[in-house]
Amino acid sequence: MVHQLDSRLSMAHFYVAFAAIFVGGLFGLLQALVRSEMITLPPSMNYYQILTAHGILMAIVFTTFFIFGFMYASVARTTGSLSNMARKSGWIGFIIMTVGVILTVVMILANEATVLYTFYAPLQANPLFYIALALIIIGTYFASFAIIKQYADWRKANPGQRSPLIAFMAVATLVLWLIATIGVVIAVVFQFIPWSLGWVDEINVVLSRTLFWYFGHPLVYFWLLPAYMAWYVIVPKVIKGKIFSDSLARLAFLLFILFSIPVGFHHQLLESGISHGWKFLQVVLTFAVIVPSLMTAFALFATFEISGRARGGRGLFGWFKKLPWRDVRFFAPFAGMVIFIPAGAGGIINASNQMNQVIHNTIWVTGHFHLTVGATVAITFFGISYWLIPHLKGRVMTERVNDLGIYQTVIWVFGMLIMSGAMHFSGLLGNPRRTQVTSYNGHEVASQWGAYEVGMAVGGSFLFISLILYIILMINLSFFAPKGNEEFPIAEASENAQETPKILENWKVWIGIAFALILFAYTIPIMDMIQHSPPGSKGFKFW
Amino acid sequence: MHIHKFEKIWLILGTVTLVAFLSTIGIQAFTSPDHAPPSDLTTIEPEEVETTAPFDEPGLKKVGENEYELVMILQSFGFTPGEVEIPQGAKVKFIVTSIDVVHGFEVAGTNINMMVTPGHINSMTYTFDEKGSFLILCNEYCGIGHHYMSAELEVK
Ligand code: HEM
Ligand SMILES: [Cu+2]
Ligand SMILES: [Cu+2]
Repeated sequence: MVHQLDSRLSMAHFYVAFAAIFVGGLFGLLQALVRSEMITLPPSMNYYQILTAHGILMAIVFTTFFIFGFMYASVARTTGSLSNMARKSGWIGFIIMTVGVILTVVMILANEATVLYTFYAPLQANPLFYIALALIIIGTYFASFAIIKQYADWRKANPGQRSPLIAFMAVATLVLWLIATIGVVIAVVFQFIPWSLGWVDEINVVLSRTLFWYFGHPLVYFWLLPAYMAWYVIVPKVIKGKIFSDSLARLAFLLFILFSIPVGFHHQLLESGISHGWKFLQVVLTFAVIVPSLMTAFALFATFEISGRARGGRGLFGWFKKLPWRDVRFFAPFAGMVIFIPAGAGGIINASNQMNQVIHNTIWVTGHFHLTVGATVAITFFGISYWLIPHLKGRVMTERVNDLGIYQTVIWVFGMLIMSGAMHFSGLLGNPRRTQVTSYNGHEVASQWGAYEVGMAVGGSFLFISLILYIILMINLSFFAPKGNEEFPIAEASENAQETPKILENWKVWIGIAFALILFAYTIPIMDMIQHSPPGSKGFKFW
Repeated sequence: MHIHKFEKIWLILGTVTLVAFLSTIGIQAFTSPDHAPPSDLTTIEPEEVETTAPFDEPGLKKVGENEYELVMILQSFGFTPGEVEIPQGAKVKFIVTSIDVVHGFEVAGTNINMMVTPGHINSMTYTFDEKGSFLILCNEYCGIGHHYMSAELEVK
């Protein structure tokens, strides 16, 4: 059981996450309808303004709040109720993050920050927008402290013992986050805030983009790793299996820290100011992340097979039929895993040096991250919320909610496949992303895209229907479902797994290697950007 | 640390494929210059673009037998020049820069695609083997009129 005071902290995060995904989803639907020219927005709203809001509400607010809500509950479940200090720090973090979110949304609605969620210089938003973003990140530092402190206290109280796997994974995810945010914090505090306040006249654009992407790529692993936590630790218990290998699971998380940070240049492959050789080095490091991904795929399917066979599945694939397909706690994360296969393949294409040129900044890219974060991560989070919300609220998920949850998942998968599929195909034909109307005066090349944009609108509509169902179910599970006890499933490692090597929990070693790789990949190019810096740019407000 | 036998095979196969794949990309990118992604290191003062060569005379210039340079200035929300005619089979070096914010330079349906950041010049080369009317567009959000930012390229 998660202690009631800790449940409250988790639930506060989930309420914000649900509000964000609902409003963000509405904006997403509007975007799809505008692009396909089915509707036009009222003059008081512009496309890029809602696109900024959609990006921030989905990619920053929904994800971050959901992740912390899940992490607090997981850590409290496995290491015992949070210490007073940790809980207090958690609440301070929540308040700072929420204030940051409100201020960000206000600035966007006031049309003071129509710069998209990547806020590329030298488009210049109101200083309060950058300050608000900084607040969100500072808030996460208090939240990270709370979780890391709880974990450190547990280790002190249980010397020589292996820490609970899910708590270890939460800490690894936060280590990644803390190292990654250094880049965006430097950019926001030392470049954007002084420049938008007028303290300095000019900004080094390439440097700001490099610092942004130093953060922007590991950010996607910050979304993904909590989904992996559920796949590695929770799904095996739901299917009455065991964790395939405790030590390999830990190793996979550590490798994600190493290989997700020194790779930001693969978002800047088509940019001037960075030489070709350094870009290629980061392409190679980018691909190293395939190794822990393969480890994860193996471990998960091994768990499925072992559990399916234990239920009497025979033959090469007979075990597959024995899995609990009608249990949303299994079905939703499983759907996420399956979608991650084509999603990951698309990522390999994006990162492939010259192949990037075909799809860079086309709507293919948008299709790609709706499959990864919008489908794989989001569906796994849905799957988590079906049991975690009632668990935290002392209620139960009824049979009916379970079945509706399966429908909700299916509609989301269906909508995402249509929308992302259309995005991928029209991106290959050159359809640009982040563009309100793509008719270009009826140019013949652009006329090929129309049919796909209708597909995007159809897929987007299914997504929004699924979202309405989801929100209704979440309200039900939070306030109306019957009282009772819902299980918080945590699997154990298989008996024949061996002792976990001590080095896997020696953080100094891993953080040290991470920094060495980062210095290797970034020091010379960044020194170059500063020494041979291009003339700086003053700010522009083109909206 | 114990690793299951099948998992070892799986990881070795995966890693070998990965190495082969990366070697292919690397060899292609480093042995033929036109295959590397655009990575020009030349800097320029964004406020003085129009008086700095070669941007003081934007447009198409013949530099050799069926070889051309196309110099273009990007600005919210348009390209200068806005219309270009190129003979079929020409090898064209695109040389571009921005005088304000970040733009994208894409010729839809081809591999011509690069980021154009203020303070830097970017460039790449492409050969037009087929006739047709191509659409040049900006694929990076550059303000409220971003979707109007385009130019025409006619291959005759
Ligand atoms: C109802 C579900 C959703 C719909 C209908 C939807 C629709 C869209 C559309 C049409 C765009 C492209 C706009 C353009 O480039 O012109 C977009 C962009 C985007 N979406 Fe979604 N989306 C949904 C859910 C999500 C989710 C769950 C996430 C992440 C958790 C997400 C994250 C993003 C991001 C980061 C962008 C890019 C914004 C930018 O380019 O600045 N979306 N969405
Ligand atoms: Cu532009
Ligand atoms: Cu633009």
